[in-house]
Amino acid sequence: MNTSSFTFCGISFKAFGSGALWWQDAEMLVVSDLHLGKSDRIARRGGALLPPYETLETLHRLARDIADTAPKIVISLGDSFDDDRGVSTLEAPERAAIENMTTACDWIWISGNHDPAPKGLGGQSADEVAKDTVVFRHIASDNTGTLGEISGHFHPKLRLRTRAGTISRPVFIWDAKRLILPAYGAYTGGLDITHKSISDLFDPLTAQAILTGPMPVCVPAYPAARTQQ
Amino acid sequence: MTQLLPAPFSDWFAKRGWDLHAHQADMLARAADPALLLIAPTGGGKTLAGFLPSLLELAGGTHKGLHTLYVSPLKALAADIKRNLRTPVDEMGLAIRIEDRTGDTTQTQRKRQRADPPHILLTTPESLALLLSYEDAPRIFAGLRRVVVDEIHALAESKRGDQLMLGLARLSQLVPGVRRVGLSATVEDPDAIARFLACHPDPCAILNADPGPDPDISMLDTAAAPPWAGGGARHAIPEVLEQIRQHKTTLVFHNTRAQAEIFFHHLWLANDDQLPIGIHHGSLDRVQRERVEAAMVAGQLRAIVCTGSLDLGIDWGNVDLVIQIGAPKNVKRLVQRIGRANHRYNAPSKALLVPANRFEIVECRAALDAVIAHDLDGDPRGTGPRDVLCQHILATAASGPFEADALYEEVCSAGSYVDLTRDEFDACLDFCATGGYALRAYDRWKRLQQRPNGMWQLRDPRSASMIRMNMGTIIDIETLKVRLKNSRGGTPLGEIEESFAATLTPGDTFLIGGQIVRYERLREMTVEVTRRADRTPKIATFSGTKFATSTQLSQRVLAMFLHDDWPELPEHTREWLHLQRKVSQLPRADRLLIETFPHDGREHLCLYGFAGHNAQQTLGLLVTQRMEDAGLDPVGFVATDYATLIWGLKPVEDPAALVAPDGLREAFEVWLSGNAVMKRTFRAAATIAGLIERNTRGGRKSGRQATFSSDILYDTLLKYDPEHVLLQITREQALRGLVDFGRIDEMLRRTEGRIDHITCQRITPLSAPMFIEIGRVPIKGQAQERMLAEAAEALLQGAGLTRL
Repeated sequence: MNTSSFTFCGISFKAFGSGALWWQDAEMLVVSDLHLGKSDRIARRGGALLPPYETLETLHRLARDIADTAPKIVISLGDSFDDDRGVSTLEAPERAAIENMTTACDWIWISGNHDPAPKGLGGQSADEVAKDTVVFRHIASDNTGTLGEISGHFHPKLRLRTRAGTISRPVFIWDAKRLILPAYGAYTGGLDITHKSISDLFDPLTAQAILTGPMPVCVPAYPAARTQQ
Repeated sequence: MTQLLPAPFSDWFAKRGWDLHAHQADMLARAADPALLLIAPTGGGKTLAGFLPSLLELAGGTHKGLHTLYVSPLKALAADIKRNLRTPVDEMGLAIRIEDRTGDTTQTQRKRQRADPPHILLTTPESLALLLSYEDAPRIFAGLRRVVVDEIHALAESKRGDQLMLGLARLSQLVPGVRRVGLSATVEDPDAIARFLACHPDPCAILNADPGPDPDISMLDTAAAPPWAGGGARHAIPEVLEQIRQHKTTLVFHNTRAQAEIFFHHLWLANDDQLPIGIHHGSLDRVQRERVEAAMVAGQLRAIVCTGSLDLGIDWGNVDLVIQIGAPKNVKRLVQRIGRANHRYNAPSKALLVPANRFEIVECRAALDAVIAHDLDGDPRGTGPRDVLCQHILATAASGPFEADALYEEVCSAGSYVDLTRDEFDACLDFCATGGYALRAYDRWKRLQQRPNGMWQLRDPRSASMIRMNMGTIIDIETLKVRLKNSRGGTPLGEIEESFAATLTPGDTFLIGGQIVRYERLREMTVEVTRRADRTPKIATFSGTKFATSTQLSQRVLAMFLHDDWPELPEHTREWLHLQRKVSQLPRADRLLIETFPHDGREHLCLYGFAGHNAQQTLGLLVTQRMEDAGLDPVGFVATDYATLIWGLKPVEDPAALVAPDGLREAFEVWLSGNAVMKRTFRAAATIAGLIERNTRGGRKSGRQATFSSDILYDTLLKYDPEHVLLQITREQALRGLVDFGRIDEMLRRTEGRIDHITCQRITPLSAPMFIEIGRVPIKGQAQERMLAEAAEALLQGAGLTRL
């Protein structure tokens, strides 16, 4: 897996092309917004009958990242399930895959806005977790306090103009105080980082972003702000 | 012949000094036929021929409820027909209620129409499908006697027509004995249209009106030669203006919206006499379009610069000249466009062709010869698309419980679905009911369920409204509204594609509705602009449907290339073809010409397959895939109707290996699953079939994480359920339409590996026009990751950052 390294709040992190975050010194893998059970929820509501394979697909990807890194701790940063009934609708192989992962390491479910932390799948749950200089929670708070904040929720993505046309990818985005992870789940869309609800959270002059994909690359998140300076 | 008519009608004809046309009388005589197809030029009293039997039957005043349903592809046409029918009905004092029902009809009026339908209802295929999806459909259509399908030749070319025919099949079940009438322009295969129209196995007679005299058609002489490349035809502006001056009303047709915009802009810059000239195309705001249409009807405009948006529609008696800018691509459509001029019966239509560049001179010449020879083109269509069938099944379920056997019978009575097998039908039904997924079946995956008596029905009746909201077969590309910023909240100008909007930065300028505007900002899914006349516009790219040049027309062009000389062509074009022959060679039907040359720091390869735009596009995808495999780092390509131009980082030394038929067919199978064209086709099919819910404006406003790309669904299905019915449907449609592998096959067969590879030091004369083509396709391979890194690097440097 190709990665891109960066430093946030004095900690050296690796951004994975899959959208996972790796903290080598703590042997911690962080993923956000898995949205397991999304097609199930939509079918349950009488909506479109989407291909019911996204939970397996997301879990396959996660298992691969875990195999690559052998983490001591895994944090799922909220919206792990698409809604609170998601856990009860898991199929046996899906449930088994999750339980395998949660028993193999310290697993922490952070509660999200779509779901309280899931029960009965192993692991512990928490509203937020602080470690060293950072705190992990689902949604960026208004006031970050003294710790750096690592969150998810917004599914940030960025468009980049290249000689081969405009490319849009999910991104990691951070400045001195906040780091937001891209959505990891298979059936997830994204919100452009120029949208107010994301751009208001960051200092446009220092914010940087890493595009996910086969070869993660780092760019200034808001280049226009820099050139206007 | 008016003696055939009862008193009020014969009196009315007499008062006007009219007589019945022969075809109108024929239509009356065969009014009891189950299906009739009338082929007539515009202005031949076609509409009256279609409605006369209805007016006669309704004149008695005893009919209760709906009698005649009129369906046209255009909302505007429905409104116009209403006005035109009112005149005779009012003047004869007939008590006939005529109403239209389209997407623009108010909610109150819709409700009233369902409770108390008019005698004659004028509508569109989409509105009809919606009406049929209501539980009270049997009551609404109870009295129906006749259905008139206007512009059926246009409907027969799209999924809208298939949807309509499934709707008519439904109607024939609801009201046995309903008679069908189709009105068509000149087509190459009337029998095919007749089969499409009739309720199988009913016969359908074809009536031909007098086609009138041959058109007066020629190429416009211009003082300046057309450019080497380009599609703007700016060189012809003085002569086009002169023609507009000499005629009452001129329609100036363009092949693309972008070209229409640029031409209109330059026309006005040169319009010293201030002749009133308007612009009309599908991306303009509806209010603006209606204003232009009204001005045209009122005779206030001397010309309209337009696109296919005026191919059909309202008869404008004053149009006495049609100008076609750019190559017509398709002889049949050219003939139909020419028919827009002079709607007076028995006067020749006058038309001028304006080639926009040198290659188009050749194509225009070939098209002209074909028109004179009455040699129309067209391709037969296969079995009706099954995504439309899926939508129809869901819509049927929304109207009430149904029996699978009966619905299958009914669907097979529609012309385009006669050959549908029961297995194919069942796969669609299963998809609608459970999603049709192979690996696992869940209880919750049930949209339809079967009752103990065998009838199918919606599991949750509330999903009916969701099904209705998702109906229709037109897939919009994602667009954003453009508004002119002002104190009143902004004047709507039209729409641009989201992908184009994404390339704009504040201060960029583009053309819309003939104005140069400056991009200010994006605000709640609306592009805000200000007026700006002082800058060269960056051009809006509207990717309307690209028609492929027909096989017949391509063959005519290749045949011309065999000549030793071309005295019939202008001097500059002759010289150009001779120059191409000197530095390279001219393409031939029995050989495949491939040129390679460096240009602007990239290596280029130009492949002259003459297979039409869609097939050349596919060829581009296939060949770049093989280049990617061979480590040749292709960066992108562009396709036209006659060639594909590929650029990359490394020179291609053995192009023959890239197009070897076996390798190409094999690559095709592998490639077919993973490419952008398939994904685009999948998106359309999945939306029509009801797998993806349409983005409602409201839904999009909240933006956010709610929606995700249909590409994700495609990739997931391909990985976990490769035989899924929607992937089958996607494959079927891509092969026929956007992929058009059939024409690649045809090219491979006629060239049989005879490849001429010419290595040049610079751009060749024939490849030059390719460099300005829009619709460049980037290759998402190694080169893209490299570009991404490169762009990131540039941004970092631009921001004064060193390596992070």
